Amino acid sequence: MPFPRLPDLPSLPRRPEDLVPQRINRAPSPLLASGLPWVSVMLTSLAVFSPVIASAPVVPPLAFMVFLAWRMLRPSLLPLWAGLPLGAFDDLYSGQPFGSGIVLWSAAMLVMDTVDNRLLWRSFVADWAVASLLLTGYLVLSAGIAGLAAAYPLPLVIGPQLLVTLALYPLVTRAVALLDRVRLLPLRSV
Amino acid sequence: MARSPDRRPGFSRRAQYGIFTGYVIAVAGFLAGAGLLIVSIVNPQAFSSVRGAASEIARPAGEAGAETRAAGQSVIAAIGAYFQAGRQNAALSREVAAARANALTMQALEGENRRLKALLGIVDPQMKPIAAARLIGSTSASARRFAVLSAGSTQGVRPGQPVRSAAGLIGRVIEAGPGTARVLLVTDPENVVPVRRVRDGLPAFVEGKSDGRIAIRLLNMGTNPLKRGDVFATSGSGGLYPPGIPVAVVTEVLHDGGVGHLASDPAEADFVVVLPVFQAPAVEALGASQQAAGPAPEASEGGGGN
Repeated sequence: MPFPRLPDLPSLPRRPEDLVPQRINRAPSPLLASGLPWVSVMLTSLAVFSPVIASAPVVPPLAFMVFLAWRMLRPSLLPLWAGLPLGAFDDLYSGQPFGSGIVLWSAAMLVMDTVDNRLLWRSFVADWAVASLLLTGYLVLSAGIAGLAAAYPLPLVIGPQLLVTLALYPLVTRAVALLDRVRLLPLRSV
Repeated sequence: MARSPDRRPGFSRRAQYGIFTGYVIAVAGFLAGAGLLIVSIVNPQAFSSVRGAASEIARPAGEAGAETRAAGQSVIAAIGAYFQAGRQNAALSREVAAARANALTMQALEGENRRLKALLGIVDPQMKPIAAARLIGSTSASARRFAVLSAGSTQGVRPGQPVRSAAGLIGRVIEAGPGTARVLLVTDPENVVPVRRVRDGLPAFVEGKSDGRIAIRLLNMGTNPLKRGDVFATSGSGGLYPPGIPVAVVTEVLHDGGVGHLASDPAEADFVVVLPVFQAPAVEALGASQQAAGPAPEASEGGGGN
């Protein structure tokens, strides 16, 4: 079989908007526009069913990072109470005692609300700094809650995980920004 | 970027009430979560059925992942083997020669062991494995160490049963759904396993440190006899784990014990085997006496030694 030359390959469009050929008389699908944040957070909650069987906490809390990234990118898209259902779903898979996700995710939503009222002007660095504080708090508190359930001082083991998490957060925000453009693709004909 | 103006509803009563209700639900959710958290810390099994149903739903994804893991590892292993084929060949030839001599000694010992046991009238319980399954998921982001097994109560898996791979102990089942089960890995701090040193039967117990290593604690205080490279296997005391399953290799000697690496990394185990509880009546009796006497100190779990 001859190897296909590069110009013969169908090239992926550079922007997600180019996936849709016709744009006139079309509107975003309401299901995708409002459901994609929820579905993307829930799918990343399922990331524990990945090929990695870890004997130490090494994988960043991806679901919480995606949740936070959606909240920062589109402050009014997820309702204020979104931490209750999404945190409960994450608890089913994360291995934390049931309820820790509900508490911490709801608290993160309330904290973000306060932050939005205080910081009038947002920037990349400000977002990253706020997210770093929230992620550090989330990891330390969830390790503390897990340690309470196991009667063992667990926060000592999360150092490497915390560094990876803070470094990876901007990448997660880029991925969520791409999803946000997919979310508003004009798929429904008006 | 300035914040979006949609949180200022103006004079619309409906929008104002909507925002207020959002706050009420969010705070109520926080409080409800705190309540659930207290319940699940006091009674860890309280939500096991919900968790079981959730892992049943995600089981196909996990099984696909487990197969990918096996395939990916073999590719990497094949590439690695190519680079060190010559050196490995020489080392393996030496190892085979040594192992052949060891195997002969083992056969002789096994025969002697059988004769001595017959003399003493000891009957070993039948250890037929209950199920062979894959590990399809693990709590890779949480500080607790659980894994999900692709076999459940329909295959006969029950809470309490030990799980091992070909190389060593993986953990024990703590919750069993119809088609999946949750395994408490050896590296979780809640998992305490009575062990003994393979070389001379020195009793100890191991406890997970949650960072992939395990702490080895000795029962007898005094000078620390541990050396790097010592292998610890289950001792069978406590009645839960059958004796002779490798658990840990000592990598660091501390003044009152040691730190070890797992004999069997769960990431490398393709298939794992669920074993029956070694001596179920003994475990039941222990549980009953502990319930009668209140919470027992930790020493009772590793007690009995070899």
